[in-house]
Amino acid sequence: MEVRLSNKQYKVLVGLGTCGISVGAEQVFLALERELSELNVKESIQVKRTGCQGFCQQEPLVIVEPEGIFYTKVKPDDVTEIIQSLLPEGKPLDRLFYRDPAANKPIPHYHKIPFYSKQERTILKHCGYIDPEDIDDYLEIGGYKALRKAFFEMTPESIIYEVKSSGIRGFGGAGFPTGRKWESCRNAPGDVKYVICNADEGDPGAFQDRSVMEGNPHSVIEGMIIAAYAIGAQKGFIYVRAEYPLAVSRLKIAIEQARQEGFLGDNILDSDFSFDIQIFQGAGAFVCGESTALVRSIEGKRGMPKVMPRPRTTEEGLWNKPTLLNNVKTFANIPLIITNGSEWFANRGTGKSKGTAVFSLTGKVVNCGLIEVPMGVTLRNIIYDIGGGVPGGKALKAVQTGGPSGGCLPVDMIDMPVDFDSLTRAGSIMGSGGMVVMDEDTCMVDVARYFLDFNQRESCGQCIPCRLGTKQMFEILDDITKGEGRPVDIDLLLELSEAIKRSSICGLGKTVPNPVLTTLRYFRDEYEAHIHEKRCPAGVCMSKGEDD
Amino acid sequence: MEKIAIRIDDQDILAQKGSTILEAVLVNKIYIPHLCYHPDLKPAGSCRVCLVELDNGQLVTSCRTPIKEGMVIHTKSSLVERVRRPIVEMIIANHHMDCRNCAKKGQCELQRIRAYMKIDKKSVQRLRLPKEELPTDDSNPFFLRDHNKCVLCGICVRTCQEIQMVSAIDFAGRGNTTKIAAFGDKPIAQSGCESCGECVIRCPVGALVPRNLRRPAQEVKTICPYCSVGCSIFLGIREDAVVNVRADNYSPVNNGHLCVKGRFGLSFVHSPDRLTSPLIGRQGGFVEVSWDKALESVAEKLKKYRGEEFALIASTKCTNEENYIAQKFARVVMGSNNIDNSARLCHAPSLAAMVKTNGITPPTPPLTKGGIDGGYLLTKGGIERGYPLSKGGMERGVSDIEKAACILIIGANVTRSHPVLGLRLKKAVESGARLIVISSEEIDICRFAEIWMKPYPGTDLALIMGMCKVIVDEELLDNSFIKGHCDNVEDFMESLDDFSSGRVERITGVSRDMVAEVARIYATNKPATILWATGITQYSHGTNNVLSLLNLSILTGNIKYPSGLIPLWGQNNALGACDMGCLPDFYPGYQPVADPEIRKKFETTWGKSLNPEQGLTLMEILDATREEKIKVLYIIGSDLLSNVAPSKKVKDALKKAKFVVFQDMFLNETAKFAYVILPAASFAEKDGTFTNTEGKVQRINKAIDPVGNSQPDWQIICGLAKGLKSNGFDFNSTEEIMSEISSVTAGLPVQKDKFRFMPLQYKPPAEVTDIDYPLVLTTERDLYSGGFLSRKAEGLNILRTKELIYINPRDAADFGIKDREMVRVISRWGQISGEARLTGTTPTGLITMNLLEEKINLLINPVLDPIAKTPETKICAVRIVPQKESQDD
Repeated sequence: MEVRLSNKQYKVLVGLGTCGISVGAEQVFLALERELSELNVKESIQVKRTGCQGFCQQEPLVIVEPEGIFYTKVKPDDVTEIIQSLLPEGKPLDRLFYRDPAANKPIPHYHKIPFYSKQERTILKHCGYIDPEDIDDYLEIGGYKALRKAFFEMTPESIIYEVKSSGIRGFGGAGFPTGRKWESCRNAPGDVKYVICNADEGDPGAFQDRSVMEGNPHSVIEGMIIAAYAIGAQKGFIYVRAEYPLAVSRLKIAIEQARQEGFLGDNILDSDFSFDIQIFQGAGAFVCGESTALVRSIEGKRGMPKVMPRPRTTEEGLWNKPTLLNNVKTFANIPLIITNGSEWFANRGTGKSKGTAVFSLTGKVVNCGLIEVPMGVTLRNIIYDIGGGVPGGKALKAVQTGGPSGGCLPVDMIDMPVDFDSLTRAGSIMGSGGMVVMDEDTCMVDVARYFLDFNQRESCGQCIPCRLGTKQMFEILDDITKGEGRPVDIDLLLELSEAIKRSSICGLGKTVPNPVLTTLRYFRDEYEAHIHEKRCPAGVCMSKGEDD
Repeated sequence: MEKIAIRIDDQDILAQKGSTILEAVLVNKIYIPHLCYHPDLKPAGSCRVCLVELDNGQLVTSCRTPIKEGMVIHTKSSLVERVRRPIVEMIIANHHMDCRNCAKKGQCELQRIRAYMKIDKKSVQRLRLPKEELPTDDSNPFFLRDHNKCVLCGICVRTCQEIQMVSAIDFAGRGNTTKIAAFGDKPIAQSGCESCGECVIRCPVGALVPRNLRRPAQEVKTICPYCSVGCSIFLGIREDAVVNVRADNYSPVNNGHLCVKGRFGLSFVHSPDRLTSPLIGRQGGFVEVSWDKALESVAEKLKKYRGEEFALIASTKCTNEENYIAQKFARVVMGSNNIDNSARLCHAPSLAAMVKTNGITPPTPPLTKGGIDGGYLLTKGGIERGYPLSKGGMERGVSDIEKAACILIIGANVTRSHPVLGLRLKKAVESGARLIVISSEEIDICRFAEIWMKPYPGTDLALIMGMCKVIVDEELLDNSFIKGHCDNVEDFMESLDDFSSGRVERITGVSRDMVAEVARIYATNKPATILWATGITQYSHGTNNVLSLLNLSILTGNIKYPSGLIPLWGQNNALGACDMGCLPDFYPGYQPVADPEIRKKFETTWGKSLNPEQGLTLMEILDATREEKIKVLYIIGSDLLSNVAPSKKVKDALKKAKFVVFQDMFLNETAKFAYVILPAASFAEKDGTFTNTEGKVQRINKAIDPVGNSQPDWQIICGLAKGLKSNGFDFNSTEEIMSEISSVTAGLPVQKDKFRFMPLQYKPPAEVTDIDYPLVLTTERDLYSGGFLSRKAEGLNILRTKELIYINPRDAADFGIKDREMVRVISRWGQISGEARLTGTTPTGLITMNLLEEKINLLINPVLDPIAKTPETKICAVRIVPQKESQDD
């Protein structure tokens, strides 16, 4: 069939992250390809697979560029109409527009939707707009320019200086200054060094690393190559959990393409520098996200954290060689810092927390999804402006950050700025970026119980306080939620928490009591109601039959 | 070492610089509770019980934190208390406390910590107690594993990794379900566990306990009677019975280690099968008689067969004193030099190469009294002797292996045959020694090797001479040593022309590059040690094999190092039996029978004229018996019928003998042909000395009375000599015998510093494959077998590998063999059947068996090494067929 088109060039972007695929985006994508091939309009309408576009709740998502028309919850049946809308005299499809829940008003363009407009997407900027399986897309948006700059305009020292000056801190959770880590690894004696990307994202409810790898794998790879060049490493590993098959396959494609383009392998960009990356798939242990356990895991050993006092990983890491280990998002930031300069990066954020933070916003919030905001915005900004508040007219009760090692912050703290240090002061942590919103129907004892259940399963079992302590705390919490708590239990929980925090080997054990400590700090009355009155104020715990 | 001052609580102490807080404190007899620390292991820091507070308020694990000058340490502060108490309470709550019925009671670290911290029931009961109970692993015959009592300190895991280097167990699972498990969480008996028990003795709680729980009333120090390592042990005694075994932590030989046989395999002492009374009879059975009656009847017969009609087979398991008495009996009382021992079957080529052919007479040590407690060292593999331990001898010999820069193991499955020596080798590798293994099959020690060379069976000589050629060609030889100490250099150099790299590659199947690389490693990393065993000697050219090793060692000057050459003797006192002159051609101390001067000396000392003719070797004795030239066989502690091939010829000899005396602890196949059976006491029931593989003479001590009516071998023979009216056997103690040994070996030269190169030619083994017998059969060692005694030790039988025939899957496919199928192995001389196992550890072209020796001996008809007269038992050409197809074969 012969179709006449205007001269316009359309790009139809389908979000094919794990999130989109899980609700049928693949079918939408295939339907689009099929129908367009029948129409023979490839020159003017191009369908593109992309990574997660962020607004996971509304998926499958289709974005039509250049206008930025944003279609939500698209089904394969909608495809014909979407294509027709692009033909001359076609009109955008109102019924697939995002509707503002408050005003119930359709918003056709994504950049007008508060979920996007209130964010400041930098490392997520191209996630959802480029084809992660096509290096040309990445090159088109300026990919690997930072690498060229690093190679031909900078020295390893000046790269490290730039990273240091940017003030970037590791996104793995602990927030260690990245530049200092690089410097110490560069200064560590030895010819053989390694770079490891920690992509063992294990926190329940966290998916930001996955989305970056699925949506813009080259940004991570480019960051790793620059890091390797700066510290003098020859070999890199991406330690990615095997539960992320899509991320693994896109990384593999990206690595292969980067090799073909001469960004990886021997004599990168015809320089003297050689570096290659290998993917190592984790076998499902949460603790392998801990850097020293991760290193052991790659070595083929049981993934257990190393015991202090020990040399730093930057001095004695993988196979006892100096090793630089950073999170996915840390590496993804590097090309941006190199391209735009440290000042650009340092301009955002707060005193000691620079740049942006990426969160997986989930729980009782209207707009679930992947978000990126400058460090220092408040919880209120995130939950209400971006997240659209709590659904169903319910009241906000608490926000949990930092996953199983983090804590629950009560509603009266939502004007707190979100950065590394403020969260730590409040008893939680930035962690890897999970953020779970809880409403009035949530029982905080139950929440604590949930996380301790996770922790007691995932403790590596090496040190006694963590192994037995998480189990004890879980059983006590379990008893409390069943109405079998004892009066001494709160003191016992506090006692155990201190012992576990002070004596455990690794970061997991040292933070494992946080969900209990913060809920006890801010919601102690709920514990007391469970124990003394055998009552769950939120109505979650204890079977209904016991109410009378 | 420098000492520095630190303060523990209110106490100032001095401690070794470089030690950890916990070590410093324990040395000063101060206690800090700890669970996962063990002095033999690297500190794990995982139990967190040993936490202490530093002055800056920091909590640190005392087991991992090094002390610093002026450090102030609080072990009982309120912070320590607040953190440590809940940890220990949780351990106790999780521990299934049942102290009253626990095997570890009174020796349990957790009990000790609980008492120290005064933890009461009430505080533990605040905690949640475990609901489920895990089943005990009772698969191992020697110890039990109770997971419910396990505190996961990981001491067992680290012991298995760091000391035994087997890693049979590790942490498995996560969180609270973490436990110590073997691979695949299988029962421990189905894992790679070697049952050494090193973990059992280190377990701080009741999780690993020996099955035998009788605690000894007293302990007697002695030497393990299994292999020639000669581990020092303490026998635990209660009510005249051996109830347990403990390693001697201060022995330089075993440093507190034992293998499964030494630790758990000595129950043969109390086996119900022990011979407890002299027996007389034949065919229809034996009747018990008194000692007087038995000795009388033996004496009666022996009187008739003096001279060359008499032959004595001495035992490699008996003491030096007993072996001395045995050869003296044969020579003085019976007038015969027909005396030999079962070392003829294994290491005679080593002796022949070093002593006979190389012209090196190893002087026997002047065995003075001082020698008895410490012993003497065989260094340079028997070439140089006579260093009393008291004079620094401890640094020499086997313990020197740890200082070796290069170790070459050839023809020895050392981790199975000499397990405790195996530990030393693994340690040496860990501390940087470069290990080369030469073995046709994959053996355990290959895991630790830098290079593993796989020559075709029987081609080792070409490989070694090929290495010598590389060393000469590349001028890596030790010229100054050769100039000063060696002769026959030119002949030797000329003979190397036969071993061009191409020819060596074709003969051995090992690439020329690898041969050259190994040669370079061996020649340039000094001191370099060579260890060998029967994989080298049990060939028709066994002596030449050993000579090639001597050449290599001489060429590089390595022979001058104490541990340059270490032959691994098999039985505990095989070397001692040879030292003591249980050889047809040597008096004690390798003093030649053929030398009239020497004979005269012995005639004077022993007060009797001696037979001037050299005697016959073991195989020759059996032939002569079959030919009825020898009429009487006096067999001590040997099972010829099971150990010597071909079995049929041995049986014929035993049948032809006019009179057979059998003297041992147990009846065996050979005993069935005896006329008189004399019950011998075990090692635990007598005094004396054993000589280990490095030549160290070590004392054994009587721990219990002889079982039943048995007697130490030396007493039996002395009694018999007296019955035969012979003088010179009036000994009241083994010390008296030892002082006679010292007198007959006194004044022998201590050291020889001339070495002789031996030009050699390569000769293939006598057994060769052909179209009908296309495969090479070779034998495999089993860790749980250590001669006849091990078959009488409860438990070892359970762990011993079944009699299996191992074949490479590719060969199996060619010959139509399936895994676990019954097969028949057929040689030119006989056939046997057994179960097949397909395995990659056996290379193609080879089949390996760990069958009992008597079965192998049905398959072979060995050719003897012309010099040492040792039979070629390492190699046999065979074919293999499935049992069901073989009916018409």
